[in-house]
Amino acid sequence: MRFVDEFRDAATARALATKIAGLCEPGRQYKFMEVCGGHTHTIYKHGLEDYLPETVSLVHGPGCPVCVIPMGRVDDAIAIAEHPDVIMTSFGDMMRVPGGRGSFFDSKAAGTDIRMVYSPLDSLKIARNNPDKQVVFMAIGFETTAPSTAMTVLRAAQEKLDNFSIFCNHVTIIPAIKAILDSPDLRLDGFIGPGHVSTVIGCKPYDFISAQEGKPLVCAGFEPLDILQSVYQLLLQLKEGRCEVENQYSRVVPWDGNPKALEVIGEVMELRPYFEWRGLGFISHSALQVREKYASFDAEKIFNVPGVRVADPKACQCGEVLKGVLKPWECKVFGTACTPETPIGTCMVSSEGACAAYYNFGRFSRERVKEATHT
Amino acid sequence: MSERSELTIGHSSSASEASTPSDVTPAAPSRANWAEQAVADHAGAEHLTREEQVLARIEKARRKKSRVKEERITLSHGAGGKATHTLIDAVFLDAFRNPVLEAMEDGASVTIGGADESGAGGVRLAFTTDSYVVHPLFFPGGDIGDLAVNGTVNDLAMCGARPLYLSAGFILEEGFPVADLQRIVDSMAKAATAAGVQIVTGDTKVVERGKCDGCYINTAGVGVLERPGLLSAATAKPGDKIIVSGEIGDHGVTVMLARGELDIEADVVSDTAPLHELVADLLDAVPDGVRLLRDATRGGVATILNEVAVASQVAVIVDEASVPVQEVVTGASELLGIDPLYVACEGRLVTIVDPAHADAALAALRSRPLGEKAAVIGELKDDPPGLVLLRTSFGGTRIVDMLVGDPLPRIC
Repeated sequence: MRFVDEFRDAATARALATKIAGLCEPGRQYKFMEVCGGHTHTIYKHGLEDYLPETVSLVHGPGCPVCVIPMGRVDDAIAIAEHPDVIMTSFGDMMRVPGGRGSFFDSKAAGTDIRMVYSPLDSLKIARNNPDKQVVFMAIGFETTAPSTAMTVLRAAQEKLDNFSIFCNHVTIIPAIKAILDSPDLRLDGFIGPGHVSTVIGCKPYDFISAQEGKPLVCAGFEPLDILQSVYQLLLQLKEGRCEVENQYSRVVPWDGNPKALEVIGEVMELRPYFEWRGLGFISHSALQVREKYASFDAEKIFNVPGVRVADPKACQCGEVLKGVLKPWECKVFGTACTPETPIGTCMVSSEGACAAYYNFGRFSRERVKEATHT
Repeated sequence: MSERSELTIGHSSSASEASTPSDVTPAAPSRANWAEQAVADHAGAEHLTREEQVLARIEKARRKKSRVKEERITLSHGAGGKATHTLIDAVFLDAFRNPVLEAMEDGASVTIGGADESGAGGVRLAFTTDSYVVHPLFFPGGDIGDLAVNGTVNDLAMCGARPLYLSAGFILEEGFPVADLQRIVDSMAKAATAAGVQIVTGDTKVVERGKCDGCYINTAGVGVLERPGLLSAATAKPGDKIIVSGEIGDHGVTVMLARGELDIEADVVSDTAPLHELVADLLDAVPDGVRLLRDATRGGVATILNEVAVASQVAVIVDEASVPVQEVVTGASELLGIDPLYVACEGRLVTIVDPAHADAALAALRSRPLGEKAAVIGELKDDPPGLVLLRTSFGGTRIVDMLVGDPLPRIC
């Protein structure tokens, strides 16, 4: 398939792997964090670690939109869905995320009307077709999805729809990266930067990572060769003693981002003073809320939302996994009590969650299967 | 008479090992000592790394008896993946338990009229049932009618049987257009003729508006087992080859796109077709070489391979590059974020064959138009048992697990 196959070519990967091995200093361990859950998914789905020397490890970061939603917000969303005449709409990823009182799927099975959509515009369509219902969109995601949510609100305002609102859970990536850098448990050699977020915010916001924190960052695409090349670029920077922000994903990411998208976000949303992140706790100025001007589209203002903080289950170590301190399999409940079908933590739910990716794709001993998969 | 009334529950299923892990036990080890605890749990496993110990512990948890944790049925329970297996094991199998059902194949194999308990001299029959709730009712390449005939014909064929008689039960919604029903029934009649089966009994129920979505159909089928030997997911051996009979995923992607929710248009039609003649040719060509036949419906090829891995305790090694998938299906799957290995087909089979007969099996399949794109997609090894491993086109390795959740509800 064009535009895909060329980024998954095994011969190119082998050549790149040789160059990567050549850049590694003997005896030195390298740890790079891929910030974005999309990268984590690609790494496991294509078995990319087979191409990396044992001394290079990839640490999975917090950039998974579903993973960072705290349990209390799921309960709030379900409380909204329980209002008579409400149709809650959500991306499919969210459906199985457990709150304190179960997931959207459980709530749907118990009688609420929760529907899966592929785009917020689909919920707008549902609102138009159901004028006697209140249609709420469960808005989640980083700067990647915030513009489409904001656009949808603007469209609803234009059409003067009075039965559409969003439950805004949009978060921003930079505070999350700062939280990782502040974490004393982790020594990283560099970052594989989040490509999709960067299409909106550009590469400049990462300057502090190289300038102040002394870590190189390469903004990467989502095909396996993109990630392999980013690892190569990071190692090359280290070898040459450079520490810069580089853009590997220039075919999609403009250095300055997308001003139009940023403008739309700014028109509809503003920073919250603070927001709770699953496993990471409250982080100030880390999330977006609907501006007063568009309050009639803000589900938090329209409905009575409990807003109760629900503590994560004691056994759950999603926080450590999100920060990259623990590998998924190092969590106490990984794979036994917590599995994709009965998840305890969010990292086990989303296809972008590190635990789900490891469980679904990487749950085998590399040593043991070497022989089995040898051709 | 008693043997005749056994029903197969669901479409296909693994042995009872497919499991839901247990809760955290109160005696769960503390963070400080859990690795040591894992070592103790696996005495003799000292040579394993810490990660391998965890993996061993997970495998153990996966083998525990299934239990349905949900208080209510969710869509996942109908997706043909893990939740479906758990539901069948924990609810249906437990209640209806008997040797015929426990084989958990696509259909039941029963012997009637035998001289003694061994059934010697009796007639061997295959018996199966399936319900159809596909949405939309009409889609490119087929409709709920031919699906309902072909699906049950195929379940019989996968038992190695010659399909003979079908029943048809209709659940209709008040207000459903008679013209649509006529269209569906005509299509069933045509499919039955093509498959050489007769629909010999039926039932009709009508429910109030809103209580069902237009039209649901149940079919059951009986076929005669004329060949000796038993096809079973538990008979596969290391070294065996895995063959699929054609390009996978066409049906699932077609139905998904036919719903019009995605505003994607693609040139793809359902692969719905009766497979009994393809199967007969295959079994004629390699009477002793075929271990197992499955049609890759809900849960797709991946689910079947997982069932084989668990039931036969073998490692299933699949080469992604040799799996036949139409480019348009690959493209749509990329956009939808799903893996074609999990997407339903309604006219494709997966077979596991003795390596000595693999070429003959492939040639037999390819000699019919329905099997002309047949391909060997991998082989079985002995270690690690119970796992399906994929050599990705990119050149890496990953596992392919049972389907969790339901990305494509009501596909058949």
